[in-house]
Amino acid sequence: MEPRLSRYIWTHTRKAQLWILLIVALSMIPYFMSFDLPKQIVNGPIQGQGFETPGATQLFMPIAFSLPLIGEVNLFSGIELGRQGTLLALSLVFLFLVIINGLFKFYINTYKGRLGERLLRRIRFELVDRVLRFPPHHLKRVKPAEISTMIKDEVEPMGGFTGDAFVQPALLGGQALTALIFILIQSFWLGIIAAVIVAVQAVIIPRMRRRLLVLGRERQLTARELSGRVSEIVDGIGTIRGHDTSNYERADIAARLGRIFKIRYDLYQWKFLVKFLNNFLAQVTPFLFYSIGGYFALQGRLDIGQLVAVIGAYKDLPGPLKELIDWDQARQDVQVKYTQVVEQFSVEPLIDPKVQEISVAAPPTLSGALAAVNLTIADDGGAKLIEHVSFQVRPGETVAITGGTGGGGEALAEALGRLAWPASGRIVVGDEDIHELPEAVIGRRISYASSEVYAFQGSLGDNLLYGLKHAPLTEVVYEGDKAAHRRWELLEAKLAGNPSFDLNSDWIDYGAAGATGPKDLFGKIRAVLDVVLLTNDISALAVRSTINAVEHEAFASEIVEMRAALRRRLEAEKLSDLVVFFEPGSYNVEATVGENLLFGTVTDRARWELALESHPFFKTVLKRAGLHETFYGMGLEIAENVVELFRDLPPDHPFFQQLTFMTSEEIPAYEALLQRLRGRPLDEVSEEDAIRIIRLCFGYIEPRHRFGLLTDDLMQKIVEARREFSDGLPADLAGIIEHYQPNRYMASSSILDNVLFGRIGHKHTDGSDKIRAIVRDLFESLGLYNKVLAFGLDFDVGAGGKRLTAGQRQKLNLARALIRLSDFYIVNQPLLALDQRTQDQITRNVFAFLHDENRNPAIVWVLSNPALSELFDRVVHFENGRLVHEETVETPSKDSDYKELAS
Amino acid sequence: MLLKDEVEMLRRITLFSGLPPAKLKLLAFTSDRVMYSAGEDLFHQGDIGDAAYVILSGKADVLVSTPTGQLKVAEVEQNSIVGEIAILCNTPRTATIKTTTSLEALRIRKDDFLKLLADFPEMAVEIMRVLADRLSQTTSELTEARSRAQRVEA
Repeated sequence: MEPRLSRYIWTHTRKAQLWILLIVALSMIPYFMSFDLPKQIVNGPIQGQGFETPGATQLFMPIAFSLPLIGEVNLFSGIELGRQGTLLALSLVFLFLVIINGLFKFYINTYKGRLGERLLRRIRFELVDRVLRFPPHHLKRVKPAEISTMIKDEVEPMGGFTGDAFVQPALLGGQALTALIFILIQSFWLGIIAAVIVAVQAVIIPRMRRRLLVLGRERQLTARELSGRVSEIVDGIGTIRGHDTSNYERADIAARLGRIFKIRYDLYQWKFLVKFLNNFLAQVTPFLFYSIGGYFALQGRLDIGQLVAVIGAYKDLPGPLKELIDWDQARQDVQVKYTQVVEQFSVEPLIDPKVQEISVAAPPTLSGALAAVNLTIADDGGAKLIEHVSFQVRPGETVAITGGTGGGGEALAEALGRLAWPASGRIVVGDEDIHELPEAVIGRRISYASSEVYAFQGSLGDNLLYGLKHAPLTEVVYEGDKAAHRRWELLEAKLAGNPSFDLNSDWIDYGAAGATGPKDLFGKIRAVLDVVLLTNDISALAVRSTINAVEHEAFASEIVEMRAALRRRLEAEKLSDLVVFFEPGSYNVEATVGENLLFGTVTDRARWELALESHPFFKTVLKRAGLHETFYGMGLEIAENVVELFRDLPPDHPFFQQLTFMTSEEIPAYEALLQRLRGRPLDEVSEEDAIRIIRLCFGYIEPRHRFGLLTDDLMQKIVEARREFSDGLPADLAGIIEHYQPNRYMASSSILDNVLFGRIGHKHTDGSDKIRAIVRDLFESLGLYNKVLAFGLDFDVGAGGKRLTAGQRQKLNLARALIRLSDFYIVNQPLLALDQRTQDQITRNVFAFLHDENRNPAIVWVLSNPALSELFDRVVHFENGRLVHEETVETPSKDSDYKELAS
Repeated sequence: MLLKDEVEMLRRITLFSGLPPAKLKLLAFTSDRVMYSAGEDLFHQGDIGDAAYVILSGKADVLVSTPTGQLKVAEVEQNSIVGEIAILCNTPRTATIKTTTSLEALRIRKDDFLKLLADFPEMAVEIMRVLADRLSQTTSELTEARSRAQRVEA
C-alpha cells in the first residue's frame, strides 16, 4: 500500500479535490467582498461620506471596468440612491453576501464529507481485502480484535481528514491571507504587526505539538493492545477461571489502564499548554491594534472606519489560523495512524488478487494427480513438521494417512488444503502449483475438512451451504425505487473502489452440489446430513423450535392433524400412557395446576406476572370457583415442603434446577413469610402475601412433586373453573394466554408440543426418547420429515456455532465439505469430538456416499483409527515428519469371496 | 404413593436407614418415580450405570448372561435396592434386571446421589458403614469358601 496518506488521498480523489479547490477559490470572492462592505456602510451612508449636501445621491453598483485595447467597458451604470436608500441597499447586499457565503460553505462541507466517506470505504475495503489475502502464518500471529479495531476505529479519522487534506489549507490559508492582505491595505503597520504574530504562531505551535504526536501514537498502540487483551480475556475466560488467574488478568489490565491513563493525561496537559499559548498570542494582537491603531486614529493617520474594518478583519484571522494549525496537527496525526495501519497490513507474500478473482463458470475437473514434491512444512518457530516428503494421489484413488499426532500426516493434509504453506518444495496438481492456480479452481475441486471448525453466525442451513457460495450466479432484476437504489449502490461502489457483486443474488452454486436448482438441493442436503448422522440432531432442534403459524399455515394444519395419528399410533403400540393428552373436560395430571386452570400457556411472562399481582380478575374467578382458600392452603403446603427440602442447600446447588416453584434466593423470604402466616386464617393475611403463596400452586405437578395435594374433587373444581378463565378474560388481558384447542396450532408452543398436545408422563424413564422416536417415525410416514428438517436448517447456530455441540459442529463441517462435488477430498481427522464407534460409522458412510452415483473422487483421510485403513486403496504411514511406510491395501475381490463361500 | 411414603420406603433400606428423614426426603424429591410393565428391563448387563433403583412395588428377576443364555440368580421385590454398586463406582452393570410383574421404582440418579454425599458427609459415613459391613461379611464368606476349598483339595 502507498506509505504516504496524502499521496494515497491524491491518487484516489484527484479530480474531486481539484473541483473542490476551484469552488473554494470562487467562494473567496464573496468572502472578500463581505470584508469591505462594513467599511463602506460605516463610511458612506452612516458617517455621510459622499452625502455631504442634503438630497445628494450616489450611484449604487455601477459595473464598469477598463480593459486594455478595448478601453472603458460600462456594463451597468448603477442606480441613483439617496443616503438612506444607499444604507438599505448596502445592508441588503451584506445580507445577500452572508447567504452566498453560507451556501458555499454548505456545498463545500457536504462535498468534503462525501469525499471523506468514500475514501474511508475504500481504505476499509482494501484492508479487509488484504486480510482475505494474508498468508496463513501471519494470521496465526495477529489478534483478531486488533485487526478489527484497526479497520473499524483507527482508520476512521482518515475519512474525516480526506475532505480537508487539500481543501482546508487552501481555504484557511486563503482566508488568513485575505484577512492579512486586507489589514495590510488598510494600514501597513497594523498589517505588519499581525503578520509577525502569525509567523510566531505558525513556527512555535507546530513545534510544540510534535510531542503530542508521539504521545498520540503511543495512545493508539496501547489502546489497540488493550482491545486485543480484552478479547483474549473473553475468549479465554474458561482457562482463566479454571486456573484461578483472574487476578493476574486484573493486574495486567490495571497496569495497562494505568499506562493509558498516564499517556492520556500527559497528552491533556501538553495539549492545554499549547492551547493556552495559542490563545494568548491570538489575544495579544487586538491589544496591539487597540493601543497602536487607536493612537493612529487619534492622530488622524487612520480613519475610524479603517480601524473598525481592521479589527473586524482581525477577528477573522486567528480563527482560520488556529484551524490551519489544527489541520497540520490532524495531518500529522492521521499520517502516523495511517503508517501504523499500513505497516500492519503490508505483509509479504500476499496472495495475488488474480488467484482470488471471481469466476462464475464451473471450473474444469482436475485430471492430474495431486502431489507433494519434496515438501517441507515448518511451524511458526521453524520446527519442521514434515520434511522432504514426496507423495502423490492419483484421481480416484483413496489414501489413508496414519501415524497419529505428531507423525506429520496432519501437516501434510493442511498443506494439501492450503492451510499451511510449504517452507520448501511444492504442491502440484498435474504440473501446476496449487498456490498459483486460481482459487476458483482449487477451492472448488479440492474440498478440505478438519476438526477445526468455524461456523459463521447465521442459520444452520447457511453454514451447510457456505462452501457453495463462490459467485453471484443470477442477475437480480430490480424495479422502481429499488432499481434506483441499486444504480446508486453500483455507482458508489465504483467510486470507492469496491466490487459491485450483488449480495441479493443467488450465490448458491447448485451445480456444484450436483443439483439443478433450489428444488432438488434439499435432497442433496438430506443425503449429506444422513451421511454424517446429523439428521436426528437437526430434527430434534426443529421440533423444539416454534414456528410462525401464519406463515406456514399448511404445515401447521398438518401438525394439528398429526395429533390424531399419534394417538392411534400410541394405542396400537400399547403406549397410551406415555402421553397424557389435553382434554377440555378433564384434568391433565402431568401438566401444572396453572396450565390446567388456564387450559393454555402463558405467552407473555412479564405481563402475566404483573396481572397475577395486581389484576382483580384472578382473585374474583378463584373465589367464585371456591378455589381461593384451597389454593392458599395448597400454596402453604408447597412452601413448607420446599423450605424444608432446600433450606440447608447452598444457593448454587444443582438441585435447585429441579425446583420450579421459586428461585434459591427466594427461599429465605418464603421461610420468613411462613413464620408470619402460620396458623392465621386467610382473611387476616394481606392480599400481597396471599398472592405470593397462591402463585406457588401454579407450578405444581402431582406425579412429579408428589406432595399429595391434589384430590379428585379439587381437580374437578379446577376443570370447572377453566371456562371462566377462557370466556371471562377481560379485554386488557387478551393475548396473554394461548388456549389449548384440539384443532388449532399453538403458535407459542414448540412443534413437538403441538404434535403431542399433551404432556409426556413422568413414569417412563425413557418416555421422551420413545416419544421422539415415534414422532420422528410419524413425520417420515406422513411425508413431513423433510419439512421439519427444513425448520431445523433455520436454527441459528450462534456466534462461532456455539449453540451447537462440538460434535455437531464437526459433523456440520464435514457435511459442508461433502455437499460439494470435488475431485479431491482431503479429510483431516474431522470428528475428534465424537466417540470412536460413531467416527467409524461416519467414515464408512462417507465412503459409500462419495462412491455413489458413479462418482469416483480421490480421498485422502488422516485416520485416527488405523483399523479403518482397510477401506482405502493405499495406506501411508508417517513418523516424526517423514513418510516411513507405504503399502497398497489388498482388497479381496468380492466375487472370489462369494465363490469360496458358495463352495 | 406420595413423597412421605417414599421416605418411609427408603428408610427400610439398609443403605439409607441411618440417614436423617430430611435428607431422605430430599433424596426422594430429586429422584424420579418410574413405572415398568412386566417383562421390561430396568437396566442391562454391561451398560454403564447412571442410576440406582429402589423398588416400591412389584417384582423383578436378576439375570446374568452365561454362555448358555441368561441365568436367573436372584429375585428382588419391594423394599430392595438394585444397581447401587454402579453409582458408587464406575463399573458396568453386573446383571440385568427384568421385571416379572408391573413394577414401580424410585430412580436415584448417580449425580444427585453423589452430590448429596458430598454435601452431607454424615450421609457418606453412614453409607460407608453399610458398605464396610457388607465387605466384612463378604470377606468372611470368602475365607470360609477358601478353607472349604483347601479342605477339599487336601
